[in-house]
Amino acid sequence: MGDRALSRRGFLAASAAAGLGMTALSGCGGDSDGGSSDGTTTIEWWNISTTEPAKTVWAGLAKKFEAQNPKVKIKIVQLENDAYKSKMTALTASGKLPDIFHTWGGGVLKQQVDAGLVEDLSDKTKPWADALLPVAKKPYILDDKPYAIPFDIGMVGFWYNKALFKQAGISTPPTTWNGFLDAVRKLKAKGITPLALAGKEKWPGMYYWAYLSMRTAGIDALQKASDDKDFTAPGFVQAGQHLKDLVQLQPFQKGFLGAAYSTPTGEAATVGNGKAAMELMGQWAPSVQADAGKGLGKNLGFFPFPAVEGGKGAITEVFGGGGGHALRKGAPQAAVDFLKFFASRSTDMELVKKTGTLPVVQGAESALSDPNPEAVQAQLKAATGFQLFLDQAYAPAVGQEVNDSVAALIAGSKSPEQVTQSITKTAKEEQ
Amino acid sequence: MTSTSSTSSTFLPDKRSGPGVELPPPAANFVPGRARRRLLNWLTAVGFQVPALVLFIGLVLLPMLFALYAAFFRWGGFGMPSDYAGTGNFTRLFQDDVFLGDLWRCLVLVVLSLVLQLPFALAMAVALNQRLRGRAVYRMLFFAPYVLSEAITGVLFSMVFAPDDGLADHVLGAIGLGGLGGEWFADPSYVMATLFLVLMWKYFGFHMMLYLAGLQSIPAELTEAALIDGAGPWQRFRNVTLPLLAPTLRISVFLSVIGAIQLFDLVWVITQGGPDHHSETMAVTMFQYGFKRYQVGYASAISVVMFGICLVFALAYQRFVLRRDLEGATTNMRGDGK
Repeated sequence: MGDRALSRRGFLAASAAAGLGMTALSGCGGDSDGGSSDGTTTIEWWNISTTEPAKTVWAGLAKKFEAQNPKVKIKIVQLENDAYKSKMTALTASGKLPDIFHTWGGGVLKQQVDAGLVEDLSDKTKPWADALLPVAKKPYILDDKPYAIPFDIGMVGFWYNKALFKQAGISTPPTTWNGFLDAVRKLKAKGITPLALAGKEKWPGMYYWAYLSMRTAGIDALQKASDDKDFTAPGFVQAGQHLKDLVQLQPFQKGFLGAAYSTPTGEAATVGNGKAAMELMGQWAPSVQADAGKGLGKNLGFFPFPAVEGGKGAITEVFGGGGGHALRKGAPQAAVDFLKFFASRSTDMELVKKTGTLPVVQGAESALSDPNPEAVQAQLKAATGFQLFLDQAYAPAVGQEVNDSVAALIAGSKSPEQVTQSITKTAKEEQ
Repeated sequence: MTSTSSTSSTFLPDKRSGPGVELPPPAANFVPGRARRRLLNWLTAVGFQVPALVLFIGLVLLPMLFALYAAFFRWGGFGMPSDYAGTGNFTRLFQDDVFLGDLWRCLVLVVLSLVLQLPFALAMAVALNQRLRGRAVYRMLFFAPYVLSEAITGVLFSMVFAPDDGLADHVLGAIGLGGLGGEWFADPSYVMATLFLVLMWKYFGFHMMLYLAGLQSIPAELTEAALIDGAGPWQRFRNVTLPLLAPTLRISVFLSVIGAIQLFDLVWVITQGGPDHHSETMAVTMFQYGFKRYQVGYASAISVVMFGICLVFALAYQRFVLRRDLEGATTNMRGDGK
């Protein structure tokens, strides 16, 4: 048997290597400087388009760019949302980012900028970046400097199954929170699961609390709370209470606490297969529903998050974010060229047409053909306020704590007050 | 992630090279100078050791020491740690309900492994050590899950235990036990039980293989002698097989406990520690803080505590449980190690 030659050293090495091995993981990452002897430049492009049709369309765009620029090779690295965030954390710590990488802007981008890892695009993207939709550029402007170029902008709202609403006798989508709770009750009464939620991933649950906070406390209060590191204002407790009211109706699908978002048994598939009537999700929802499940086609509708009676916020204030591409500090010129190519009108039209993103280049609206993206686009254009995703807007620890404590509220282990206290505590710990 | 699994699998072969390098040089009877020969031997030894040493120091020892250092700072992972926090991270750790829960869940896993998994593996090993039609097939089948990667196992079982749609619920429904179908991984009260089921499925084959190897090294004469003395099956097992299998059992217990302390990949893939932290392990908490919240100092403190637990357990286990086994194997090197 193997134990004959056991030595203490072996034991120690094994325990040590396994115990702390995780630290070593942070060291791995690509570092290609790109240039090679024959004059071709290879640029690495990290994105999160892992679902169809975006995956194929993006690969096709990279090919097209390569054809236009024979001396440039693009290496695409595609990672699923959460894996991407983890991997980027490790890369950020190692001090070297990919040439072109996906970003949501806000607090995470700011940390990367503060660490000196991101290229300032002020001069490099003049003048073509001026033609982009101002609201889409907003999340990436830090200290008045743009650090990323958007390719998508959008907002979160309720995506609902018109057929199931009809079946439950709901003629028009609710515009108030009480009306919404009524709709949930009606759906339940008909034996229809009202809402799908990816409880395992936590961020979809955060959307409810964030929107409710915007509706009760208001957008300014969210900004102020972040600045003052104090989330204990009554408006936030009320937001939690409203969410608790919803949770107590047991509106979510069976096993939602363990459900993921985009897997075949996840939130998107549950709605896409007609097994739940609604989900609170961003503008990408239709394409993921169709990829993970069957998709609802014409039965899919969109309505904005309802207003809360007596709250400070209006139904026209939107919560969302987009997607953009940032460059690592010192990225080759080819990477800038690619950003320009990706923000061109023809690219944007193709993205809008084929992958369901919302136009960020002025004039690309003409490519919209589906009423749902049009509805979202109309909401965005008429928006009276904009709040970036909380887990992106705040420092990572605070954002994660929001996700985590709201998840606990939904699971029933934290009270609305405790949620605000936990977030405040974490915010105060971050200097 | 892979580090956890790879250590456990490469664990045994490593041992053979144990303290090997300082073997006495073979008797030199032709002499162009003993000293020169010695020097050559020494250089050869160093030459062979350097690559391994460099890797070990660079990739294991230094990161470990650095983690220990970082554990005393509030540090976000950028630049060098500078905001000294004293033992703040550690006091925070032991007031953190999630971490205390991690320790409790770790204990639960260890106890369940020792009480259910290892006896089950032993029973299977004893059964498959009999002459039996197609036993090689059974052995292979039971060992197969161990070969599967943790990530694949995780994805597989998230599907099997998907509420309503999963295989588990379908099977229960088909045999008329539909009422037993549950939320499996989604229910805070059952998640650990379901998780343990998966762990058991994945790892019992490995322990079974260890036991089988151990069983085959037990001389048949001893069992025969016991048979002639009139010992029944239970007595033969209790008084012959079990004592002779003891060294193997002790190793398997050790591996099982260390594995439970460091459990990460399966949990991460299946539940990410949820719902509401009810399946979180120390390694998952460490990952959350280190790689999602950028509180690397705090995460380092967690990894240091994990390391401490492993170390204390390994030393204590070796001192009190494995001593007999080690003495038998190292009698010729008494002075060198305890």
